[in-house]
Amino acid sequence: MKELKLMKGNEAIAEAAIRCGMDGYFGYPITPQSEVLEYLMAEEPYKRRTGMAVLQAESEVASINMVYGGAASGKMVMTSSSSPGFSLMQEGMSYIAGAELPCLVVNVQRGGPGLGTIQPSQADYFQATKGGGNGDYKVIVLAPASVQEMADFVQLGIDLAFKYRNPALILSDGVIGQMMEKVELAEQKERLTDEQVAERCPWALTGKKPHRGHNIITSLDLDSSRQEKFNEKLQAKYREIEKNEVRFEEISCEDADYIAIAFGSSARLCQKAIDLCRAEGIKLGLLRPITLYPFPYAPIEKLAQRVKGFLVVELNAGQMIEDVNLAVKGKVQVEHFGRMGGIIPTPDEIVAALKTKILGGK
Amino acid sequence: MTEEIIIAGFGGQGVLSMGKILAYSGIMQQQEVSWMPSYGPEMRGGTANVTVILSDERISSPILNQFDTAIILNQQSLDKFEASVKPGGVLLYDPNGITHAPTRKDINIYTIHAAEEAAKSGMMKTFNMIVLGAFLKIKPIVEEENIEKGLKKSLPERHHKMIPDNLKAVNLGKEKVILAQKA
Repeated sequence: MKELKLMKGNEAIAEAAIRCGMDGYFGYPITPQSEVLEYLMAEEPYKRRTGMAVLQAESEVASINMVYGGAASGKMVMTSSSSPGFSLMQEGMSYIAGAELPCLVVNVQRGGPGLGTIQPSQADYFQATKGGGNGDYKVIVLAPASVQEMADFVQLGIDLAFKYRNPALILSDGVIGQMMEKVELAEQKERLTDEQVAERCPWALTGKKPHRGHNIITSLDLDSSRQEKFNEKLQAKYREIEKNEVRFEEISCEDADYIAIAFGSSARLCQKAIDLCRAEGIKLGLLRPITLYPFPYAPIEKLAQRVKGFLVVELNAGQMIEDVNLAVKGKVQVEHFGRMGGIIPTPDEIVAALKTKILGGK
Repeated sequence: MTEEIIIAGFGGQGVLSMGKILAYSGIMQQQEVSWMPSYGPEMRGGTANVTVILSDERISSPILNQFDTAIILNQQSLDKFEASVKPGGVLLYDPNGITHAPTRKDINIYTIHAAEEAAKSGMMKTFNMIVLGAFLKIKPIVEEENIEKGLKKSLPERHHKMIPDNLKAVNLGKEKVILAQKA
């Protein structure tokens, strides 16, 4: 039997990182994700477990650039932060995407803008999915809705990052980071040896060998025609990701007249709202995007052909709704319900919003 | 079976750890559990609360507006959560420091003089376990052996010698709980 533990989402991220054979974590504390760094420091994997490096950097800017350096050498590296800290990392994110390097970044969101609040929020959706830094780049974005997924998406995220040589982001929030649930942990994996790293990542800075030329890691190319070619290559990669990596979950959609669309903690609230609605005879279902980039446009478009309306539920002023509208293309009504600034709605507020915004309109 | 519980009181009363022991006990009997604390400004020297759910099925929302049971340990929490108990549900509180008692007539109200009992027995630290015992008398949702396993899992090894006292406190709570009002 696998090991069952009661863990906070943040702790699950940290434990999963050690178990998947991560080589390094570089981070700076910020509520509501400080448990990631705390847990790693208490576990001392560098001394007692896998040899994984854990370092508290002097700032988020330093953290992401340590990740940049680690990733350039082909190592499995990660960082985590919360909204204002993640904003500080955007230059690094763009550089890492531009240098085509794999890494895992975690953003346990809190309310903004600015320093905002320390309570949960999902207001970094645009930043995560549309590119928070400069240039035409994309980050693979995974949205966990449980502590189990916090653990599972560490492995999935780092695997996808290496598969596409692209940063992967776990976009969580204070609810999933702070709550405790039952979690089944994966077996401990060995960290790769330097030889295995050199073999897995022929592009990495692993020391020049006689049988190959210099490896150069950079996001700079002053020749515009080469830079355009490089951008075309990046775009081709993103089309591949969009073709292969869309993930979503449908709950009670088969007979649904109305569909809630929500990710992360909002999706959990919506599951309760489904129970409340169905007890009153309102057939509500839920489509939960698991990857926010690539976004599940096609399954939403398909649902739009037979349901009467969509309610997009987010802890923000209305961000993912723009992607839902791109999928629905005006075929049926799409409304938004959200709370901001760290306020979490209760499931009955979602039911009330469905009634006033969609059912009431009929 | 699904039991949705809010536990609320002052920071330092053991609200969060009581919830954690309950959650761990649920895991020991193969249930789904969730534990969602308040975090942030209110727990730094103010009220602390935690929503605990034990269920035989997958748990939907970890955040709720209505509860089967509210376990209340100070006046602010009583004021905040009395209205959130489902009709026919349970409100359990320690009258210590309560100046206005609950007024709802459609819920079952129980009291446990846990602070007083803890002081009498000289084991102030087991205060929250007396409250937990009172709750388990009203709603025996976890077996005693699973409470013991839950304690073992949630306490660091160096505190395991405290487990017998904690179990004694649970039993004391079971004895001392009083039904104050039937719905």
